[in-house]
Amino acid sequence: MKAGQLNDSRQLFSRIKKNWGLYLLLLPAVVLVLLFSYVPMYGILIAFKDYSPAAGIMDSPWAGLKYFGKFFRSYQFETTIKNTVVISLYSVATFPIPIMLALMVNQMRPNRFKRFFQTVTYMPHFISTVVMVGLMLILFSPSTGLIGNLFRLFGAEAPNLMGSAGWFSSVYVWSDVWQHMGWDSIIYIAALSAVNPSLYEAATMDGASRWQKIRYIDIPMLMPTMITLLILRIGNLLGVGFEKVYLMQNNLNITSSEVIATYVYKIGMLSSQYSFSSAINLFNTVINFVLLIMVNYISKKYSENSLW
Amino acid sequence: MSGMEARTKKGAHAVYVRSSDRILEIAMYIFAVLLLIVLIYPIYFIVIASFSDPAAVANGQVWLFPKDFTLAGYRELLKHSNIWVGYRNTILYTIVGTAIGLAVNISAAYALSRRDLVGGKYISLLFIFTMFFNGGLIPTFMTIRDFQLYDTFLVMVLPFSVAVFNIIVARTFFKTSIPEDLWEAAQIDGCGNLRYFVQIVIPLSKAVISVIALWTAVGHWNSYFNALIYLKDSNLYPLQLILRNILVTNQMQSALGTGEAAAVALRLANLMRYAVIIVATVPIMCIYPFVQKYFNQGVMIGAVKQ
Repeated sequence: MKAGQLNDSRQLFSRIKKNWGLYLLLLPAVVLVLLFSYVPMYGILIAFKDYSPAAGIMDSPWAGLKYFGKFFRSYQFETTIKNTVVISLYSVATFPIPIMLALMVNQMRPNRFKRFFQTVTYMPHFISTVVMVGLMLILFSPSTGLIGNLFRLFGAEAPNLMGSAGWFSSVYVWSDVWQHMGWDSIIYIAALSAVNPSLYEAATMDGASRWQKIRYIDIPMLMPTMITLLILRIGNLLGVGFEKVYLMQNNLNITSSEVIATYVYKIGMLSSQYSFSSAINLFNTVINFVLLIMVNYISKKYSENSLW
Repeated sequence: MSGMEARTKKGAHAVYVRSSDRILEIAMYIFAVLLLIVLIYPIYFIVIASFSDPAAVANGQVWLFPKDFTLAGYRELLKHSNIWVGYRNTILYTIVGTAIGLAVNISAAYALSRRDLVGGKYISLLFIFTMFFNGGLIPTFMTIRDFQLYDTFLVMVLPFSVAVFNIIVARTFFKTSIPEDLWEAAQIDGCGNLRYFVQIVIPLSKAVISVIALWTAVGHWNSYFNALIYLKDSNLYPLQLILRNILVTNQMQSALGTGEAAAVALRLANLMRYAVIIVATVPIMCIYPFVQKYFNQGVMIGAVKQ
């Protein structure tokens, strides 16, 4: 038994040794991930401590769940959660748009128009978030922007899209759709390109209409990709990104634009309450993680699609 | 050509074209054209506005062509040295960051694609876990600071260079497109792993490498979050952070004061905002057409089968 084990481990060692080059190739990525992803995970401890920089992470006194309680009782708790969920669900509702775009592109005859159409729909993706928000601020200005001028042309008063709480989620979500729908459709177009052409031919022989081909060939073909991406989206329900929301935020829309990510930033980076900020962040991450596992489990059970 | 015509004529009998198909097709192309207008016009408007008299833009006289052509916005742009410092920094971050990102991710992806890698599954898990769980803003900030990377050039190109999604895409590409036999043949000829990777795998993987280079470069060109958190010295600021000050937080306008001169300056500042959008966006959009041809091969293979 013992000898066998020894033999096994020796064999293992020789197999590793034989491919030492591969481990060398892996080394930089592994080191970087350990240093910059796993080392910070140890820092999560400060969410449970009264962190003071002088004492360091280890020697700061334990605080238990004090900071979690502080967040749950704070007047910002309900607002940030509500705003985050509203924006997230609103985004998830636009989930079918790239799919429809892909179905449409798939119906186009391969020619110059199709190529032009695809290039143009991808383009906005390359605009940076900063420029995108700058663009929106300029175009949506009720006094000097394109929207303002358009409304004046019809003799109406333009709404202040960037400066009102009521418009925030719509502007956020639809500008995202505008910017990324083409890009997001790529993966579906790829999945559709894998359809065996003989399926379409057979359907044509059977007298299927274009619509029926979409309904019974294309959509089922996209199902696995759709479900995988949907799981990831729902697993990130409380993960509305910091970048765009923070840029779009101003005093006029703050009641509907303060999300968990921006709150974590303000508490942590701007007012240096490290423990409190980490607790909020951890709460967010854990909820997302639990959601992801739940959705993945449900999907595995009912549709045989899953992430793992 | 004549054959095609004959087919369409005969088509009435042979291939039955439904009128509902025709309608669906026409509706689709009309919708596609409308969508193109919605996507192109705002960008086109910024372009013509950047060449127009700002008063005409504000009064709604600019719709299809520039009005009272001027280069004043671009001239104003030249005066702002911090934009050019930002530009230089961003180019440096993009080049160095993309080089590091490619080296790290492509080599890791290749190693993980090999079936004879002992423990590859566990190492994959180690990477994938970080996609769903991380330390969060403050612990990560503290780590970067403890490693003495805060406010350095390196913080912009090194700590976040591992991109797990890119590794997965490249790994799938290697698995499906580089035949295992090739490695066996090379091995018989006495070729080691490293030489095989550099001399055989890399030249065969231009498609996926260019796609990942594009993703990484766009990411670096457009990012402002890391700079916002980890940089203090304005000489290290990337373009996006400076753009934020000009476009979003309106730092220039608040410095202008009030009165007649201020009104003129304000208009000029507005005009410059149009110009700045063009100058900041054109370079990254110019790269895209060059990689587009690899795009279809690369992404498709990488993304579909993951």
